[in-house]
Amino acid sequence: MTTVDNQDTGPYASTPAPPDAGLRARLVVDRTTFRLDITLTVAPGEVVALLGPNGAGKTTALRALAGLTPLTDGRIDLAGRCLDDGGRTFVPPERRSVGVVFQDYLLFPHLSALENVAFGPRCQGASRAQARAIAYEWLARVGLADLASQRPRQLSGGQAQRVALARALARQPALLLLDEPLAALDARTRLDTRAELHRHLADHSGATLVVTHDPLDAFVLADRLVIIENGSVVQEGDAAAVTARPRTDYVARLVGLNLYRGRGEGHTVTLPTGLAFATADPVHGDAFVAFPPTAVALHPDPPQGSPRNTWSATVTGVTRHGDHVRVQLAGGPGEAAADVTPAAAATLRLAPGQPIWAAVKATETRAYPAG
Amino acid sequence: MATDTPAGAPGLPGAEPTPDPSISTVERRRRVRPSRRLVPVPLAVPAAAALAFLVLPLVGLLVRAPWATLPQRLLEPEVLAALRLSLVAATLATGVCLVLGVPLAWLLARVSFPGRRLVRALVTVPLVLPPVVGGLALLLLLGRRGVIGQWLYQWFDVTIPFTTTAVVIAEAFVALPFLVIAVEGALRGIDDRYEEAAATLGASRWTTFRRVTLPLVAPGIAAGAVLCWARALGEFGATITFAGNFPGRTQTMPLSVYLLLETDPPAAIVLSLVLLAVSVGILVALREKWIGRPA
Repeated sequence: MTTVDNQDTGPYASTPAPPDAGLRARLVVDRTTFRLDITLTVAPGEVVALLGPNGAGKTTALRALAGLTPLTDGRIDLAGRCLDDGGRTFVPPERRSVGVVFQDYLLFPHLSALENVAFGPRCQGASRAQARAIAYEWLARVGLADLASQRPRQLSGGQAQRVALARALARQPALLLLDEPLAALDARTRLDTRAELHRHLADHSGATLVVTHDPLDAFVLADRLVIIENGSVVQEGDAAAVTARPRTDYVARLVGLNLYRGRGEGHTVTLPTGLAFATADPVHGDAFVAFPPTAVALHPDPPQGSPRNTWSATVTGVTRHGDHVRVQLAGGPGEAAADVTPAAAATLRLAPGQPIWAAVKATETRAYPAG
Repeated sequence: MATDTPAGAPGLPGAEPTPDPSISTVERRRRVRPSRRLVPVPLAVPAAAALAFLVLPLVGLLVRAPWATLPQRLLEPEVLAALRLSLVAATLATGVCLVLGVPLAWLLARVSFPGRRLVRALVTVPLVLPPVVGGLALLLLLGRRGVIGQWLYQWFDVTIPFTTTAVVIAEAFVALPFLVIAVEGALRGIDDRYEEAAATLGASRWTTFRRVTLPLVAPGIAAGAVLCWARALGEFGATITFAGNFPGRTQTMPLSVYLLLETDPPAAIVLSLVLLAVSVGILVALREKWIGRPA
């Protein structure tokens, strides 16, 4: 056995599944101004979140997997069958064992909830009665048996989401795709639905890919995260690995950390701006330094003590953030976020444009190689 | 003094009891509403003339109608025959247009193929073509010595021109573009991601069309069919050229109106009234769809 390193191994190497089960895909889709090129593997029973900012290529990836957009290059293998190789082989969506829960659900407005869920089994050749029985069972599983005869417009957002899930699962797809499954729900419904969705996804024996831009959805629903930016994978791993060691500004913002890249020499990382960070972890060569906004202390005057992690900055924004105040800073290492108490914010009279001193204790920083 | 103040005039607060403030607000709002502003004469006069131009002929029809003898005239056998033939032919033509036109509309809206723009242009040709020319073209194609008609005659002993079939064909020819354009518009109006969702559920394109697309565009198809039926009902030029004018066989209502004008003008007016009533009925039926839509 070779050593297992979940964070930094190549995408194919990290899959625990045999090569002929689950999903193995290299998705290449060329658009005029954009190129998606990512590698994805999802084992049967595994839930992977494809996380990224708007325009990163998440939806394009989902459409390619579903067969709604053909690949320019690459290959999709699902349960040992090639679905698309960017050329001669292209299995149309209706002949793929892929279920999709669309962001706005796309429940057929002219069919009842039951008929919506029965649609898939009916297309697979089940008789009308069989399809309705299967559909009823799935509706019962998502707790909506008593709403079977309702039309989609009579359902609440959360109910429609569950019908859409039941409809996608009723085909028992080898791959289940969910596109921003909770984005269309209000905050309160989202909380309940997220927990329930997690339960249903855990029960699903096939592979599951959740496309989302919401890190919380990804952390709760998925076993593993694949983060893409500008059409490429920038980081993957489980939630703990990603939150501990973000590798891009986007991931750092997602997990709420300040992140900088520089050169490490022992317990010092020197940034391109010249600022040197004293760090708790020793690191050599190209390296990241990360620290949470709560670790940043603000002072009206140059602080005494550990001078190396201190810089003069300009306040660029002050916003209320839960029970604390989030202060955006420019200067020093670059952009930084600092969290202070409302009392401190009042004492410092924080306002945009104001010069201030920021400091971070070495013990609160994390340093790790960037290579 | 206070009672003489116009409702919209500002009153001194506290000094005098102003009239009911809600009334004054309504008054003020009404005063600045655009409808109360003067319409410029260069626009108002032609607009009124246009309206009169459209409505007065119909008023003339109503004024000159032989109301006293209307019931008897409506029940005359020739009138009933023409009415029956018109309704049957227009309905059959609409059926033909639905069977052929909906798939063509789907093709134009959903499949990209080389020459699609040309096909769409060809579809609209009967819309702008004088119907007489259309009738002549049909005659040259399907006549006894026509490009296709000669084979139909030689092999199957089938003659199409100057039959009720010819009426249906002529009406379908001129009415088909109305249906295709209406249905294509409806197809483009629905969210085609419903069709993608159906595909991910395992539905073939045919199943998707049948079970998802068709129910979603049903209102558009119905509206197109009504337009198509109305156009077929009023068809004159192509019908008289291709199908001739045989009472009971090819003489539809518009043809009867034209011929009766020579021999029995009051009867022509009666038939015209029937056609007018049908047209107004269609407008009422489509009220929700087009006319009732607020600007």
